[in-house]
Amino acid sequence: MYRYDKYDQAMVDARVADFRDQTRRRIAGLMTDDQFKPLRLKNGLYLQLHAYMLRVAIPYGTLNSRQMRKLAHIARTYDRGYGHFTTRQNIQYNWIKLEQAPDILAELATVEMHAIQTSGESIRNVSADHYAGAAADEVIDPRPWAEMLRQMTTFMPEFSYLPRKFKICVIASDEDRAAMRWHDFGLRIVRNGAGEIGFEVYPGGGMGRTPFIAYKARDFLPANQIFSYLQAVLRVWNRHARRDNIHKQRMKILVHELGEEEFTRQVEETFQHVLTLGSDFPQAEYDRIADYFTPPPFETGLSEEIDRSDPDFAVWVDQQVAEHKAPGYAIANVSLKPVGGIAGDISAEQMEVVADLAERYSFDELRASHAQNLVLPHVRKQDLYAVWQALVDAGLANANLDLVTDIIACPGLDYCSLANARSIPVAQRIAERFEDEARQKDIGELKIKISGCINACGHHHAGHIGILGVDRKGTENYQLLLGGSGDENTTQAKITGPGFDEAGIVDAVERAVEHYRVIREPGERFLDTYRRVGMDGFKEAIYG
Amino acid sequence: MKIITGNDLRTGAVIWWTGQDWSVHVEDAADVGDHGEQILAVEDAACRVNGGYVIEAVKDADGGVRPAHIKDRVRALGPTVRPDLTLKPADPNAGNWVI
Repeated sequence: MYRYDKYDQAMVDARVADFRDQTRRRIAGLMTDDQFKPLRLKNGLYLQLHAYMLRVAIPYGTLNSRQMRKLAHIARTYDRGYGHFTTRQNIQYNWIKLEQAPDILAELATVEMHAIQTSGESIRNVSADHYAGAAADEVIDPRPWAEMLRQMTTFMPEFSYLPRKFKICVIASDEDRAAMRWHDFGLRIVRNGAGEIGFEVYPGGGMGRTPFIAYKARDFLPANQIFSYLQAVLRVWNRHARRDNIHKQRMKILVHELGEEEFTRQVEETFQHVLTLGSDFPQAEYDRIADYFTPPPFETGLSEEIDRSDPDFAVWVDQQVAEHKAPGYAIANVSLKPVGGIAGDISAEQMEVVADLAERYSFDELRASHAQNLVLPHVRKQDLYAVWQALVDAGLANANLDLVTDIIACPGLDYCSLANARSIPVAQRIAERFEDEARQKDIGELKIKISGCINACGHHHAGHIGILGVDRKGTENYQLLLGGSGDENTTQAKITGPGFDEAGIVDAVERAVEHYRVIREPGERFLDTYRRVGMDGFKEAIYG
Repeated sequence: MKIITGNDLRTGAVIWWTGQDWSVHVEDAADVGDHGEQILAVEDAACRVNGGYVIEAVKDADGGVRPAHIKDRVRALGPTVRPDLTLKPADPNAGNWVI
């Protein structure tokens, strides 16, 4: 994985020193909150319901064991013993003290981490396929490109005061595991007929109060022109963006208002000019960064066999293990979704267990997924049983990946100052309702996603079943949506009808699921059935 | 009644104006009538509170103070999904007060 050079380290260290001084001045009364707020947000420090919240960037979701142990140390020393993995492959701490925030950033800097651009009107943490570098179906590892985009967009003055936040995602497979088309700027790495690497380019996506799915603007952009193209996109957005109206500032709104054709035309025109500026990466720089992502030294001649004689282990393997590109290896998914637990939450002790497993069994690599789970990307199949046993001991061996209890849920009104309703209790009640493992298996793949407000951090627009919490005259109310997806056939979920209270939404979800079980055809997932029959039958089942 | 809440500048802890100082317990909150903004201006300038605002609340039958909006009741107690991290960790039913 990428390692900081002296320039990276110097920049991050300098940023910590700056923030330490800014914090000192704020506490001393030398700065007002209006002056300080944009500075703390540029360092990922929010003020939430109960305390300050620090969001730490995990570039393209990749971590090593040293970094994970540091995250555990921070949870234990500065927070309340746990952290929360988010829907953008980051981690958040919920109980941070302002006076300790500079110390935390200094600790993070010692393991090449930071919280820069995890908030504010900037280019946020670049996300990627959490199987990157391990997936059997990828064209190449997308992370060198994600890293280059990260470097080119961090601290870049032109991108420091954008109209609004801007999210980039890079994948390199036909299968989209990263919700790429729900980003402002989605990229899929492809190979053309001549065998050259390039990008399909998808601008204009995003969730929030006005969801749009990114459209394809380019079938093939030569890889070495990507930064010029990104600059062109940002310049067109900057030129037209509605800075006077916060609800219309995201680029997706501009794309919608200009129209895809006109937006593309302006981008292409600008691109021809930006290309002449020569700001793209030279090949040597790509090669330098790609070297950091050289595949680990996979052993050869390993057995493909997995001993499934322990039935509980076999269940876990069937659900949590994915195909790896190297023979004899597997991708092991670690669920952070225990029934009755909190999606994405992990204790300091569990973080250390996962760090140990990564170090011992996965070439020291870990991934965070946008679905709030973790991944051990490179595990020998013969080691899976030992990994599973350790996960069992740590309470991390749930076998529910992509099943009805693997629910994405934002922090909601239990933590978030923007939320209108609680998300976590709804996720807990649904998971408890479907706790029976045989029933979960029978239902099959079903992605439920819950947001506590229209900002959609819980990705409800992309849920096979989506739930949106709203404030209805001071009480929590939940809207039910069906038919969304964040995969390669991205779709936006549609609202079924009137909302429900907390108990009612759990019953409504169950009615929708049971309707699916009655009408499904062989091999159909919930989403397939919904797409085949449409909303009406489900609506009838839900509302009677 | 009208009460004032905000977050402690240094720690981020949820705090409530008692009439003379700040408390982490909503039960200590004082009715500030129409003087909320004046008090906040002074306290903000003194760097004792961050993000302060005035809210509506009612007195319970037992004398407790109950903020009118659920968001402020969550703030007053702590996350309903982590009773161990609330101000009343020994009371398993404390979350009912929020709803």
